[in-house]
Amino acid sequence: MACIEAHGLRKAFGQKIALDGIDLQVEEGRILGLIGPNGAGKTTALNAILGLTPYQGQLKVLGREPWSDRDRLMCDVCFISDVAVLPRWIKVSQALDYVAGVHPRFDRAKAEAFLAKTTIHRNSKVRELSKGMVAQLHLALVMAIDAKLLVLDEPTLGLDILYRKQFYDSLLNDYFDRSRTILLTTHQVEEIEHVLTDVVFINRGRIVFNRTIEEMESRYLEVSVRPEQLAAARALKPIYEREVLGRSILLFDHVDRRQLGAFGEVRTAGIADLFVAIIENQNSKGAA
Amino acid sequence: MTIQTDAVSSFEGSVGVPVVIPFSRRFYWSVRRELWENRSLYLVPLAVAALFLLAFLIGHNPHSHVHIGFSPNSMQGQGPQVFEQPYTIVALLLMGTTFLVALFYCLEALHGERRDRSILFWKSLPVSDTTTVLAKASIPILFLPLITFATVLVTQGIMLLLSSAVMLARGQNVADLWSHLPLWQMSLMLFFHMVAIHGLWYAPFYGWWLLVSAWARRAPLLWAVLPPAVVAVVEKIAFNTSHFAALIGYRFGGSPEKVPFTVGPMSMGVLTASDVVQFFTDPGLWTGLALTAVFLAAAVRLRRYREPM
Repeated sequence: MACIEAHGLRKAFGQKIALDGIDLQVEEGRILGLIGPNGAGKTTALNAILGLTPYQGQLKVLGREPWSDRDRLMCDVCFISDVAVLPRWIKVSQALDYVAGVHPRFDRAKAEAFLAKTTIHRNSKVRELSKGMVAQLHLALVMAIDAKLLVLDEPTLGLDILYRKQFYDSLLNDYFDRSRTILLTTHQVEEIEHVLTDVVFINRGRIVFNRTIEEMESRYLEVSVRPEQLAAARALKPIYEREVLGRSILLFDHVDRRQLGAFGEVRTAGIADLFVAIIENQNSKGAA
Repeated sequence: MTIQTDAVSSFEGSVGVPVVIPFSRRFYWSVRRELWENRSLYLVPLAVAALFLLAFLIGHNPHSHVHIGFSPNSMQGQGPQVFEQPYTIVALLLMGTTFLVALFYCLEALHGERRDRSILFWKSLPVSDTTTVLAKASIPILFLPLITFATVLVTQGIMLLLSSAVMLARGQNVADLWSHLPLWQMSLMLFFHMVAIHGLWYAPFYGWWLLVSAWARRAPLLWAVLPPAVVAVVEKIAFNTSHFAALIGYRFGGSPEKVPFTVGPMSMGVLTASDVVQFFTDPGLWTGLALTAVFLAAAVRLRRYREPM
């Protein structure tokens, strides 16, 4: 059974359409990055999946309807929505007590072990911790919950690079196993590239790209084309073209690597470049 | 459905971890959470009690000209009212304090969590909106009255000991003081008054405030007070009547008129079984509780739909 199944998922706020018919299937054991420009509908999509907002269309998360079956769903789903949502007044020990009190799948020893690796004191209040430490605390709480689905919405926003790296390392090494599913959004696309198994781009409430990482890496190639071969390279219909330091970089979909090698240096396209290419193409098409 | 069984078998903790946490336990932790966050619930009544005790002590000082409360010099040949007076005052003072504490607690309860976005954390845990709102409502309806009862009782106890000590030191007869104070009656009356009036009779106020707290984007205090005031004024201008204002006053005034105690609960009233029966069979009480249920249901619904600000 798929972890998340959406068919024609729609959500409008008055006149503004936030989700315009989303079809999405996420299998168990995947780490899916949901990437999109500001206002594309990422957070709305996550909120729908978490049962925080009503929606139209079909949506099943772990076989349940999130909006109507939210309370039971939350036993199997964990989420960090945004950074810094831990209440500022709560003490670290109280947070542990509370989650242990209300969550059937919380393993307190695991959370304590994770916290022991940090400099966070049991008696500190959240307001006394640095932003990075709050993120560590939240991660400690969430990782100690044996959930089937973990949803992370910009979990590392505003953290320095050391904390960000540590965050994803912990997630992969200490938490992820093949039976769990992780769904995450972030603007720091490059940093999560090696973490993901799947990528979805969302723009103006629609899914515009949905591939596994392997598929993405085998299909999309970038060539730094030598000026004299630009015309020949363009004849192969690149999907996007940009200039870096006077060199044209062309992005190709489904073109043979050896063929491209003739024009210049070939490399696998990164998520960030692909994202810019696809979103900009789409936006200019929309404008035309 | 294999989700649950899978999750249980892959759980790495101790064996026999309950997969479903009973409502009572989630409710218990939700209430504890409220007490952690809102320490003013008990600190403010305690501070008021401490201040009163200080004043009471100064009043006892023979060199002082301040005579707040009980003065052993003036007690000769006086009725029990004189003995009771400071005890009544402290009870009234703490009840007033409780009412204000409840007001500020309720208005903040569902507003603060949206303001600081912590609602996103609370909602990430398997605690329903109903459980949360009920736990928050139980604070003014159940716990604050009990906290106040305990505070009044302890304060009155300390006052009694202080008076006794002063009188003993002066060689006066302490038995007089003790025999004039209907301690048991006072405590019983106080307990009933706190639970019945401050808990149940005032419940619609708490329900309304919680509803406003869940609804208002800003200035919940204003939203809590203004609409009823506007209704009262409009009614006065349009129909030259003041039924709505009278209704609020009747609710605030304390209790059904038939029951022989009002805001001055410590007076000579003796609590009888028929008072209790009368209170609990009063239609006003049940109308109020029904209204409270409506307010709370609306607050639950709002919390479900509302997003952080």
